[in-house]
Amino acid sequence: MPWETIHKDAAPRVPPHLDDYGKARAAFSWSAARAALDGLPDGRGLNIAHEAVDRHAASAHRTAVALRCVGRDDSVTSVTYEELARSTSRFANVLRALGVGPGERVMTLLGRCPQLYTVVLGTLKSKGVLCPLFSAFGPDPVAQRLRLGDARVLVTTADLYRRKVAGQRDRLPGLDHVLVVGEGADDLPGTLSYDALTAAAPDTFTIPPTSPDDMALLHFTSGTTGTPKGAVHVHEAAVAHHATALYALDLHRDDVFWCTADPGWVTGMSYGVIAPLMHGVTVVVDEGDFDARRWYRILAEQRVGVWYTAPTALRMLMRTTPRTGPYDLPASFDLSALRFIASVGEPLNPEAVLWGRDVLGLPVHDNWWQTETGAIMIANFAGCDIRPGSMGRPLPGVEAAVLRRGEDGRADVTDGRVTVLDEPGAEGELALRPGWPSMFRGYLHDEERTAAAFAGGWYLTGDLVRRDADGWYWFVGRADDVIKSAGHLIGPFEVESALMEHPAVAEAGVIGRPDAVAGNIVKAFVSLRPGFEPSTATRRELLAFARRRLGPAVAPREIAFDPHLPHTRSGKVMRRLLRARETGLPEGDISTLEGTEGSA
Amino acid sequence: MSGTRSLDSAEALTVVRESITAVVPDADFTRVRPHDRFRDVLELDSLDFLSLVEILSEQAGVPIDEDDYPRLTTLADSVEFLVERTKQYEQSRR
Repeated sequence: MPWETIHKDAAPRVPPHLDDYGKARAAFSWSAARAALDGLPDGRGLNIAHEAVDRHAASAHRTAVALRCVGRDDSVTSVTYEELARSTSRFANVLRALGVGPGERVMTLLGRCPQLYTVVLGTLKSKGVLCPLFSAFGPDPVAQRLRLGDARVLVTTADLYRRKVAGQRDRLPGLDHVLVVGEGADDLPGTLSYDALTAAAPDTFTIPPTSPDDMALLHFTSGTTGTPKGAVHVHEAAVAHHATALYALDLHRDDVFWCTADPGWVTGMSYGVIAPLMHGVTVVVDEGDFDARRWYRILAEQRVGVWYTAPTALRMLMRTTPRTGPYDLPASFDLSALRFIASVGEPLNPEAVLWGRDVLGLPVHDNWWQTETGAIMIANFAGCDIRPGSMGRPLPGVEAAVLRRGEDGRADVTDGRVTVLDEPGAEGELALRPGWPSMFRGYLHDEERTAAAFAGGWYLTGDLVRRDADGWYWFVGRADDVIKSAGHLIGPFEVESALMEHPAVAEAGVIGRPDAVAGNIVKAFVSLRPGFEPSTATRRELLAFARRRLGPAVAPREIAFDPHLPHTRSGKVMRRLLRARETGLPEGDISTLEGTEGSA
Repeated sequence: MSGTRSLDSAEALTVVRESITAVVPDADFTRVRPHDRFRDVLELDSLDFLSLVEILSEQAGVPIDEDDYPRLTTLADSVEFLVERTKQYEQSRR
């Protein structure tokens, strides 16, 4: 192994919840994890919002700070659990008054602000289904998800509404209510003022009986082909949120916790909102953008103890303060409260793990999960060794396996059966045994793609891994064409479709180009229609066109012109070959990949 | 870096606009007032901003580091910063 294993202190300041991996796995059961939750009073079921808010508000913990919100202007406001219970009750009453019933979708297009927490948890209280959208999406991805998810209510700001929704509102007949947070609702036809409605609503609300199997959250994710997929999660997911935050994030009740993920993605929801509040910790909510100095200041001033961030952010910090030193910037802040750092989003390079150890005095713990799993599945633990570059080992209650791949690069399924590879170091598709509580219950309105995600009694993740002799998992790559960029999954089809709407574009193939900071960046290869020149002006025009429609998070950052895009026999652009060319993969490898693309 | 010389305000504004345009090709500067946060108005994400800093540094011929980022928030701040930095840099090289 090229990188040294990192060993932990025998006597850490805070004893970790998991210090003996084997024992913890052997002792664990999901039924015991379920029993650790309160459940709704009088046996009325299980509701995430009760576990995250109301049960604290009804206890001596009511005056504890739930949210510490840092504004763009560095102002700090605190919200206690009791206050959060009241504001979420108000919002639940608003939804009831609007006639929004159980199971109906409430979507958010908001940054990291206190109202986001109110909307998320208020929706869950009312038994509505919360679906977060990423505010850096352009108008096309926003409208598409509003439509695919049957949004009845959207909560956003005047600015975001104007830029991303207003122009398409007439094509969204199912969207009955748009609630505008802050100023501006009066000037926007077809919207209501969130502030006015919540101020007028009663601040008590009794959560109706909720089955653990009731739909709670809808998270969109991208596949290789077709439209985005809406992964459905249920209230029972709370059992996994709670248990995984205990083991993989080592949350203790008096912690101050900061998850830097955007609330538009599953991490920002599972670990930015739900899991930490279930544990009764104080959650730092930063409204601002990434800025190294600002981040160190927040870590220091808010006395953050547990920090959950992403490889791209860590690599941006590394650019500012290389491991070779000097460490002036971080050293100028008091980071003594920090005791545990974890990372998710794309594989964390070993250098970043060691950077944490050397520069911040704490190694970074990589972990792995995805939208469909709802919670962390594989992790490096606070009380265990770290193997830098490895995603770690499966959590207690999680059974993982490596499956042999077939010709199309995905797990080989023959007569409904798969082949588990047991020999150490074998590469294959990562699979998980269904049964953990936060597993998605299907893609909304898409039984076919739901069925395709399971085979032979396993959930197929689409990620390629190998497992070493001691059971540690190592990320190898994606088994399909989906792009992991700055912690987000981007479907190449969505980007290609947008580009092809431009009159100059005959055809497009979109891949991830390896990038030192973002993991991958989105790169498009484009062939032009006759009469259009492959000029700088055309390139700029296409970059701008894609950005306007898709937003900065999804749009390509590079466009190359190629009049001879490689095709499969069935006539599709062969992304694998584009990727191989871009990364200089040897020809021999390409030939084995080429002929298989037709099935994708 | 190109030959560094000090920039006046008008030149600095041109450099800032051209650098932003390299990242956001259809950036509409009629929507950006001098004291607006242009990252928000023109929707630059963190990766865009890193690219912008590299391009600005290249175009103006001066180093720009992390400590300078807060001064690249509005067009007015950015212009003031570039004028000051290019002047310092020119003097230091004499």
